[in-house]
Amino acid sequence: MTQKNRLNGGQIDRDTTLNFTFDGKQYAGHPGDTLASALLANNVRLMGRSFKYHRPRGPLSAGSEEPNAIVELRSGARQEPNTRATTAELFDGLSATSQNRWPSLAFDAMAINDRLSNFLTAGFYYKTFMWPAAFWEKIYEPIIRKAAGLGSLSMRADPDTYDKGFRHCDLLIIGAGPAGLNAALTAGRAGAQVILADEDFRMGGRLNAETYPIADMSGADWAAQTVAELATLSNVRLMPRTTVIGAFDHGIYGAVERVSDHLATPAAGKPRQILWRIYAKQTLLCAGATERPIAFDNNDRPGIMLAASMRAYANRWAATPSHRVAIFTNNDDGHRTAHDLQGKGVKIAAVIDTRQDAPRSYDYEVLQGAQVVDTKGRLGLTFVEVNQVDGSTRTVECGALGVSGGWNPNVHLTCHQRGRPTWDENLAAFVPGGTLPSGMNVAGAANGDFSTHGALKSGANAARKALGLKGRAPAVPEAEDAPGTQTPFWYVEGCSRAWLDQQNDVTVKDVKLSHQEGFRSVEHLKRYTTLGMATDQGKTSNIGGLAIMAELAGKSIPEVGTTIFRPPYTPTAIGVLAGRMRGKEFHPTRLTPSHVWAKERGAVFVEVGNWLRAQWFPLPGETHWRQSVDREVTATRASVGVCDCTTLGKIDVQGSDAATFLNTVYCNGFAKLAVGKTRYGLMLREDGIAMDDGTAARLAEDQFVVTTTTANAGRVYQHMEFVRQCLMPEADVQLISTTEAWAQYAVAGPNSRRLLQKIVDPDHDISNEGFPFMACANITVCGGLRARLFRISFSGELAFEIAVPSRYGDALMRRLMAEGEEFDVTPYGTEALGVMRIEKGHAAGNELNGTTTALNLGMGRMVSKAKDSIGSQLSERPGLNEADALMQVGLRPLSAEDKVTAGGHLMKASGPVDAAHDQGYVTSAAYSPTLGHMIGLGFLKDGGNRMGETLRLVSPVTDLTVEVEVVSAHFVDPEGERVRA
Amino acid sequence: MIINHPLLGPRDSAEFVYLGAAALMDRPDPETASAEDWHDYAYLRDNPAGPHRELWFHEGGDRSILIVTRDTTTHEITGVELAREVASK
Amino acid sequence: MRYSGFKVIKEALTGHKGWKPAWRDPDPQPHYDIVIIGGGGHGLATAHYLASVYGQHKVAVIEKGWIGGGNVGRNTTIIRSNYLLDGNEPFYEFSLKLWEGLEQDLNYNAMVSQRGIMNLIHSDAQRDVFIRRGNAMILNGADAEYLDLAQIKKEYPFLNFDDARFPIKGGLAQRRGGTVRHDAVAWGYARAADSRGVDIIQNCEVTGFRIEDGKCLGVETSKGFIGAGRVGCAVAGNSSRLMAKAGMRLPIESHVLQAFVSEGLKPVLPGVITFGAGHFYVSQSDKGGLVFGGDIDGYNSYAQRGNLPVVEDVCEGGMAIMPMIGRARLLRMWGGIMDMSMDGSPIIDRTHIDGLYFNGGWCYGGFKATPASGYAFAHLLARDEPHATATAYRFDRFRTGHMIDEKGMGNQPNLH
Repeated sequence: MTQKNRLNGGQIDRDTTLNFTFDGKQYAGHPGDTLASALLANNVRLMGRSFKYHRPRGPLSAGSEEPNAIVELRSGARQEPNTRATTAELFDGLSATSQNRWPSLAFDAMAINDRLSNFLTAGFYYKTFMWPAAFWEKIYEPIIRKAAGLGSLSMRADPDTYDKGFRHCDLLIIGAGPAGLNAALTAGRAGAQVILADEDFRMGGRLNAETYPIADMSGADWAAQTVAELATLSNVRLMPRTTVIGAFDHGIYGAVERVSDHLATPAAGKPRQILWRIYAKQTLLCAGATERPIAFDNNDRPGIMLAASMRAYANRWAATPSHRVAIFTNNDDGHRTAHDLQGKGVKIAAVIDTRQDAPRSYDYEVLQGAQVVDTKGRLGLTFVEVNQVDGSTRTVECGALGVSGGWNPNVHLTCHQRGRPTWDENLAAFVPGGTLPSGMNVAGAANGDFSTHGALKSGANAARKALGLKGRAPAVPEAEDAPGTQTPFWYVEGCSRAWLDQQNDVTVKDVKLSHQEGFRSVEHLKRYTTLGMATDQGKTSNIGGLAIMAELAGKSIPEVGTTIFRPPYTPTAIGVLAGRMRGKEFHPTRLTPSHVWAKERGAVFVEVGNWLRAQWFPLPGETHWRQSVDREVTATRASVGVCDCTTLGKIDVQGSDAATFLNTVYCNGFAKLAVGKTRYGLMLREDGIAMDDGTAARLAEDQFVVTTTTANAGRVYQHMEFVRQCLMPEADVQLISTTEAWAQYAVAGPNSRRLLQKIVDPDHDISNEGFPFMACANITVCGGLRARLFRISFSGELAFEIAVPSRYGDALMRRLMAEGEEFDVTPYGTEALGVMRIEKGHAAGNELNGTTTALNLGMGRMVSKAKDSIGSQLSERPGLNEADALMQVGLRPLSAEDKVTAGGHLMKASGPVDAAHDQGYVTSAAYSPTLGHMIGLGFLKDGGNRMGETLRLVSPVTDLTVEVEVVSAHFVDPEGERVRA
Repeated sequence: MIINHPLLGPRDSAEFVYLGAAALMDRPDPETASAEDWHDYAYLRDNPAGPHRELWFHEGGDRSILIVTRDTTTHEITGVELAREVASK
Repeated sequence: MRYSGFKVIKEALTGHKGWKPAWRDPDPQPHYDIVIIGGGGHGLATAHYLASVYGQHKVAVIEKGWIGGGNVGRNTTIIRSNYLLDGNEPFYEFSLKLWEGLEQDLNYNAMVSQRGIMNLIHSDAQRDVFIRRGNAMILNGADAEYLDLAQIKKEYPFLNFDDARFPIKGGLAQRRGGTVRHDAVAWGYARAADSRGVDIIQNCEVTGFRIEDGKCLGVETSKGFIGAGRVGCAVAGNSSRLMAKAGMRLPIESHVLQAFVSEGLKPVLPGVITFGAGHFYVSQSDKGGLVFGGDIDGYNSYAQRGNLPVVEDVCEGGMAIMPMIGRARLLRMWGGIMDMSMDGSPIIDRTHIDGLYFNGGWCYGGFKATPASGYAFAHLLARDEPHATATAYRFDRFRTGHMIDEKGMGNQPNLH
């Protein structure tokens, strides 16, 4: 395979050939190539289509600022849309496909838009597609959406993994061009902890793209030698292929390392990319500069590119877009391209220089004071038309045109904390200014030091300054030191279209129209025209748009403003920002000590927050979950059941003021609770709304064990710490969460005491007299194992909760099962637990929904007026105490076979069904095997006075209307005889 | 962000839970406060654009609550204190 | 000038010479009947409805920067009326109805796209809550639809059904929800208001209120004093700063909410999807970008930028529910200042100062409210009484205990 446009030299490994395909066609390249350089070497200039007009496009640049040459890389589930061919490292077997074209890149039917461009100007869509109203969603928008977008997702889960990591350093250097390398050398030799990150796979920046020397060697050799020295320093970490994407608060930087993107697939066990969070004491931005184009009519044809990028292709990659090239420039840098390409045997058709005094010292034709006014060539440039200084027109035949309008410092990261760059008149460019992120310094071309010598020097100096190094500065190696002055030249006046934002097809005309219609601030300009909103984020286009707007508005460029640069510096895979937190690893999974046992029993698990809890335990032959749950409820109520309630929050409250403390955090009183007793507690937020409920057991004068609901364990603990540290700082009270420390089981049912008596050591009396309802104690079980026993009941049965240190949880559960065989002990899951608590009328998460008060819950009188507690004051507001306030009630269907749905609303038995007549809603519902029909709990206006009333339960969203009767919420054992048995 | 914990040194803010304005420590005296005082305490905030004293709970650390003085326009932190020490003064 | 397809064609054929500025750039007059502070969506909408519905023509909108530069230009463009509580749902449903006729009302295509919004459900308790909400929506005259797992698989086959930490159990859809081109809302209202004589005064910062004997007489600005019969404040995240100039403290904290957009992609998503077990919601713009967001950063901020932990949290949510987006690239992220209120619901009310009115506390939900907020605020400013759908949005609801707390989080704004 020939590489027709391959030149001599370059930093590619010609001994190795890499085969790749583009749009199915086979090509060859070499290690060191990018996809774009390899395609250019193969005489492929056409690589993409633009967004709106589907104009044929080739690469504009040789780096991450690329707007045009973007492709779908790879295939199958690894397909990556919108990948820049200019930064995609070539590997053997690479496959790429052009995008946003149909049926083919060379012939794209959507290019009809280009013919209609006069109708499709900036903002045209705001002015039309309004009639008839229904047509937008049905007709116009589907057409627009289908046409919009660039590349495609595979629609399959990303098969690669991503990692995250943390790194710390004294000095983070961003960019490994001359400034960054010399800074790293200075800092590294001084012994500082240095990280040097560069987005490129080869460090050196522009040094790899230029021919001029540093000291007595080529710039590229100097870069390689410096990198080699840095690699020997243990305090310097080199991070090639790493893009610093954002500067965040307090010296924290996000950086993405592309670990495997240069490989066909990641090596086994390796991630595709890593997101590094870098904590830097000081940062040195050496991000270089980006060449800016000049706008002229039809300046977007394949083959027209930035002059310095053309030079980079020739010098670094030994590739040229054509063997006959012209240059259009307003500065000396364009001449460097002509010189270097000529040196590699490329024919320089002409250098068209806007300056009348342009140098003529080279061995090619220079058209002084001339401008390119038009170009030709549908799928690739064939010639350019030039207006000469004498007014005559001339045609210059060429297959490529290098364009240079000067350079813009890459100030992007300096603006991530909303600092604004300042305008440098001398450079006619924005340079870092305003308030930089703390600890950030800027050096080299990013700071406007465009010469190699200037970059080397400012890099070293900035590193010394950042680290506070004393002593004489080391000598700066000799290098070119051309003056950096730039004379602005933004666009050539024309009658056709001159592109500013090539990807989004924003032309000079669009900017003019934007001005004409009053969209004159930079924010309006970009939003109205979409200038700078493409995947290149306006790196090459924003400044031109600003300059034209400034000219039209009769203002200076800084008066028009600059758009705020936002992270990320270059587009970043969403996958790497998520890392491993996806799939089953999205959140940590918390397992209780009896999880393995439950799994052995065939339990079905359910996610409760981050916990997995056994939901029910199906037995052979049970085909529907209801069979299992009904059995578990019935068996528990008939004999004994065991449920793992480890997930409830547990907080140890200790200290001489522990009772006073609980008296403050609970709305009901705790000061007088006797040792050995447990009390139900309702905790309010300061705004008087119920926050959580649970129990507090007084195990000693100065020790309580508080339980919380599973869901609120964290928030209750946080709240208690707030009260302790901020409101009661002098109190002698300590808190610790012991949720994970204790495995806890509810043992419920008439035989629960008999079962426990087989386990609790005999010196502990747990008879009804010795250990009555609401008793608690530190005990021992199974011959000396310390445990806590609470006689509390959520199920409404005679019940206990027993806690042992977590490591004994599994053993205790197995022992309970073994010892309980004689009682047909039944393990029950969260469903049966829920059924029994609804049967008993206990409030839970569904009722404690953050808007309910003690009054709503039927506990209004619990809020003690005798003491101050959190929430007691604000709970007295009238809106929380209205005469017809919602009250918790029980609901029973009039027909036993009817369904009761949680989330249903309650309406009077007759009358309208609408929001204005809403009487309340159902919070919880379950089938009660005890009663043989469904039951519900709900909140009903003035519910306490409406027992026996018939209501309609309506749930239009699930298409249900049933008649229900208002009953007591205590469906089972309303007198509480069982719990006291 | 990085919070310089008085006991533990610089810690990533991701270890903390934000609890709101430090004014929440000035709970009205239940003996003397009016309904208006309670309303103002619970519901009104200075919400300054500039230095702001605020509470951060070190949930992923030593569980202390810190009063952080942080500029809400720049996120710059100029002071960190232990809430309990301030409260008991 | 009326916009139409015909006009676009005519201009295209005649060199686009006829397009005029979408709004004038007037100098402020010494006195207006009504001055609105804040040239965002709500302020401009208020001006439009004042002029078009309430017959007020001596109206000015004062904006310290460029119109549409605040939250109306930096949100995730979602419209919906899927609220639970009585204080909210009629208001947001009114807003949705105004969206449905917006383009014809404004003669501006804001691309109101009712492609639906779907809240995923991941637990039984969540299902109960969403069913209650769906019922509340229907009882208030809105649309809601409960989808079971099979329907969700059919409509959204690319979601993570096989490997989910929190499996999808259902969803609540509102088909009339969707997205709107956010900038166009500001521009459309501005143009419509301007065409009815409203002065839109940009780059004019309010430096103070002139208040005498408990009455607001106008505003001091960087362009001098501007007298006003009534002054309405609609400055979202800057509410506390502005009202402090009138000596007021508000039940509001300002927090940063980040938003994200990916590179342009061929159509992937049918509508808006909200992940119920993490902080992530997403839609796809007409240009092809995935527009997504999640939780607020959680600390007070006026900086209009956030930090990495939330960026990562949001992307984790995205990958958990749609692992196909791993290789799509995040193009840009930004932040807005949210006026987080103490119960998560807004305020549209008089202040204790005669002639001074307030509109704020929109939390991160202000965009969808834009039309109704403008309408209700216009009503209040013109008639000095609350609009029927906004009677609950009073300052004193915290005093009386009539909070409108959709999330049930209480007086901690960063949890709403």
